[in-house]
Amino acid sequence: MILDAHIPSGPLDKKWTSYKNSGKIINPANKRKFKVLIVGSGLAGASAAATLGEQGFQVECFCYQDSPRRAHSIAAQGGINAAKNYQNDGDSVYRLFYDTIKGGDFRSREANVHRLAEVSADIIDQCVAQGVPFAREYGGLLANRSFGGAQVSRTFYARGQTGQQLLLGAYQALEAQVTAGTVKMFPRTEMMDLVLVDGHAKGIVVRDMVTGEIRAHSGDTVLLCTGGYGNVFYLSTNAKGCNVTATFRAYKRGALFGNPCFTQIHPTCIPVSGEYQSKLTLMSESLRNDGRVWVPKRKEDSAKEPSQIPEDARDYYLERKYPCFGNLAPPDISSRSAKEVCDEGRGVGPGGLGVYLDFSDAINRLGRHVIEERYGNLFEMYENITAENAYERPMRIYPAVHYTMGGLWVDYNLMSNIPGLHVLGEANFSDHGANRLGASALMQGLADGYFVIPYTIGSYLTGQFGKKKADPSSAPFTDAIADVKSRVGKLLSTKGKKSVDTFHRELGHIMWEKCGMARDKAGLEEAIAKIPQLREEFWKDVCVPGKGETYNQALEKAGRVADFLEFGELMCRDALARNESCGGHFRTEYQTPDGEALRDDENYAHVAAWEFKGDNAEPALHKEPLVYEEVKLATRSYK
Amino acid sequence: MNFTLRVWRQNGPDEAGRFEDYPAKNIPEDASFLEMMDIVNEDLIAGGIEPINFDHDCREGICGMCSLTINGVPHGPGRGTTCQVYMRKFEDGQTITVEPWRADSFPVLRDLAVNRAAFDRIIQAGGFISERSGSAPDANALPIPKPVADISMDAAACIGCGACAAACPNSSAMLFVSAKVVHLGSLPQGKPEKDRRVLNMVRQMDAEGFGNCSNYYACEAVCPAHIPAAFIARMNREYSVASIKETIGATI
Repeated sequence: MILDAHIPSGPLDKKWTSYKNSGKIINPANKRKFKVLIVGSGLAGASAAATLGEQGFQVECFCYQDSPRRAHSIAAQGGINAAKNYQNDGDSVYRLFYDTIKGGDFRSREANVHRLAEVSADIIDQCVAQGVPFAREYGGLLANRSFGGAQVSRTFYARGQTGQQLLLGAYQALEAQVTAGTVKMFPRTEMMDLVLVDGHAKGIVVRDMVTGEIRAHSGDTVLLCTGGYGNVFYLSTNAKGCNVTATFRAYKRGALFGNPCFTQIHPTCIPVSGEYQSKLTLMSESLRNDGRVWVPKRKEDSAKEPSQIPEDARDYYLERKYPCFGNLAPPDISSRSAKEVCDEGRGVGPGGLGVYLDFSDAINRLGRHVIEERYGNLFEMYENITAENAYERPMRIYPAVHYTMGGLWVDYNLMSNIPGLHVLGEANFSDHGANRLGASALMQGLADGYFVIPYTIGSYLTGQFGKKKADPSSAPFTDAIADVKSRVGKLLSTKGKKSVDTFHRELGHIMWEKCGMARDKAGLEEAIAKIPQLREEFWKDVCVPGKGETYNQALEKAGRVADFLEFGELMCRDALARNESCGGHFRTEYQTPDGEALRDDENYAHVAAWEFKGDNAEPALHKEPLVYEEVKLATRSYK
Repeated sequence: MNFTLRVWRQNGPDEAGRFEDYPAKNIPEDASFLEMMDIVNEDLIAGGIEPINFDHDCREGICGMCSLTINGVPHGPGRGTTCQVYMRKFEDGQTITVEPWRADSFPVLRDLAVNRAAFDRIIQAGGFISERSGSAPDANALPIPKPVADISMDAAACIGCGACAAACPNSSAMLFVSAKVVHLGSLPQGKPEKDRRVLNMVRQMDAEGFGNCSNYYACEAVCPAHIPAAFIARMNREYSVASIKETIGATI
C-alpha cells in the first residue's frame, strides 16, 4: 500500500493558499444534498458541525455525553497558541510552525503543521467574535502568556478554563445551527461501528445509551472527532468516558492507525494516592511559568517537610539540566526528568512518586494576589484534592498520561485511507509528531473543525455527485448492526466473575509499566505476550450485569474496555517496531550518553501506519516517509 | 471509613423509584465521592446486584456531568461539583443519602442520572452570538475593558450542571439562564442580539417548566462555578427593557 498524503505542490508557505484557490467548491444549493455524520462534539466535532451546518450541509452529530457541552475538550486549562505576534516579541507563522515541528521531534508532516500555524490566527478572531472571554490587559487588548516550551508569548487564555470557554463557543455555535435546522444532535449516543458501502464510509452503527436501541445512520461522509485513547492506561487525565472505540472500529474496518505508540505524558499532575484512584488530575502546565520544580539533592531528605530542606540541599533539576528553557522544558523532557529523580529515590510524597512545584519565589516577587489571579482555581482544586495549601507548601506533582499524538492516519484533506472517512482533532495522527507542545491541542481541534475541513471536505464530496445514496436497509448496514448486536450479546452472556474495571486496571498497569514513560524491547515483548492472555480471560470471565435494552453503564464500559484490550497490543507493537527514541516515545536502548532521546532519522523518519489483518493475525506496517523540504532535521536540544 | 448509603434506585423514567440501603465498606478518606460510588458498585456487581447508574465524566469539576444530591444538597458539602467531594468531609459510620437532581424539568433516566436536555434547548433559543466561521474581524480590533471581560468570564464559567435548578424550591433555572445572558450580553459582540436573546431564552425556560426566582439564593449557595445570584437581577433588568421595547416594536 502506498500512502499518498496528497500534499499540494509549491513552496511550503504557499501550499494552503494554492489549495484553497484551486480546491473544489460545492455550490450552496448542492450542499444541502449532502449529509455529514460527525461523531464527537468536542472542539473538533462541534466546530466542524457548526461550520458545516452554517454552510448548508445536513449534519448529524453524535456524542456519548448528555450534552455536547461536556466533551472532554472542556477540561483543557492552559491556553491556545496563535501566531498573532500581539506582543511584538518576534513571533510569526514560521516560528509557530517550526516550534511545533521541533516540539514534535520531527515526526510530523511539514505541510499539515504549516497550515495549522497559518490558520491559528483566524481561530482567535473567530473565538473572540463568538464571545469567548479571553484574558485582557487593562487597555482592553488581549493578553498572552508564554507556555510549555515556547520562547515567545503566543498563548491566549481564559483564566485556567481556556478549553471550557473555547468549547462553549463551539457548542453555542453548534446549538445555533440546531435551531437553524441544519444540525441534528444525538447526545447519549455511542458509535459502535463504521459502515462501508463499496469501500466508502457511508454510515455508522450507534447505540442509544438510554434505550439500548442499536441502529444505523447513513450519510455521504463520516467525520470522526472522537478524541484520544489515553484511557488505555486506565489512569489518565482523560474523562472516564473517553475511549478508542470509534477509531478502533474504523481501524478494524480498514482505516490505518498512525503512530499509536506516541502518547504524551503530562509532567504536572497530582500524584496517585492509592489503588482506588479512578483518574488523575492535571494541573495546568502554565503553572511552570511561575513555579520552580525541585527535589532534595539527597534521598535521605525526601521524607522531610519541604520547609526543612534548605535552599542548597534542593536540586532544581530542570533549571540545572536545561538552563535555557529551565522549568518550561517541553512536557516529554520534564516528565522523563521527574521519573529519573524519583527512580533515584529522591521523589517526595506517598510512594516517593512526586516532585515539588514551588511558587514561593514567584509569590515573593509578584505578590500572592498575582499568583491568585493567574492560578487561583488550580490552587483551590489542588487543596480540595490533597488537603494541602500550595501558597504555603510546594505542590506535589507527577507525570500522567494526558494526550495521544497517534490516531487514524489522514492525508492533507484529513481523510483516512478509507474514502469518505475523515478524522479530525486528537483522533487523527497528523500535527503533533512524537510530542505535542502545550496549548497546541486546542489550536489543532479548532483549526480542523473551523478552517480546514470546510475546505477539504469538497475534495471528496464533489466526487460523489450523482452517486446513489447509501440505503440504510441494505446489507452493509444490516450486517454491521448484526455484528454489533452479537458482540453486545456476548458481553452480556459471558456472566463471569470479574468486573470490567478489574480488567481495565490490569491492562492499565501493563501499559504504564511497559509502554509508559520509558520502554524497552524486553518489556514490550512481555506486554505483547500478556495482553492477549488478559483479553482471552476477559471474554471468558467478565461480568457485565443487566440487559442490553436498558440504560446500562456497565455494558458501555465493557465494550470500551474490550477495544482497549486489543488496542493496547497494537500500541506495544508500534513502540517495539520503532527502534529509536523521539519525543514522548523513549526507548531506553536508544539514548545519548547524558540520557536524552536518540532519534534515528535515517530509518525512522516516517509515519508508522498499521493495517488490521484479522483478529488473530499480526497487523501490517506501512510507512509514509516524512519528507522535510523546509526544515533541517536537528537534534532537539532545550539546554 | 465505613458508611451506609441510602441510594435512589429507579429503573426508568416511567417507573416508580425507591431508596435502597447499601454498605460502603473500607473507603479510604482520600477517595472522592465518586470513587466511593465505584467501590460500592464493584461490591454490588460481586454480589450479583446491578450497579448504581450515575452520571460523571471528567472527574475534575469542569464538565458538569456529575449530578448527585447528597444528603439533600446538590453536589453535597462544599462549593464544588460532586466529583470534587472527598470522603474526608464525612463522619465514619454516617448514613449518606444519595438522590438524583430533583426538578420536574430534569426527568430521571435511571437511578441517579437525569435528562438535562432542557438546558440545551434554552441555549438553542438564543444562548449564542450569530457569527459565521471566517467572518470575524481581527481579535484586537475591538478592545474590551478588562472589568467587562472579567464579568463576562465570571458568568461564562457556568458549567451547566443544573445544581441551581435542583437546589431551588421553585426549580428555577434563572441562575443558569442569567449566566449566559450576562456572559454574552455584557460583551460588545453580544449586543446586537441582546434583546432577542434574553426574551427567547427566558421564554424557553418557562416553556420547559422551570419556576420563577423568589430570592431563596439556594442556587448561588450550591453553584460550583460561583455564579452570583446578582446576575439574575441583571437578567431581569435586561428582560424588562427588552419586553418594553418589544411592545413598541423596537426590539433589536
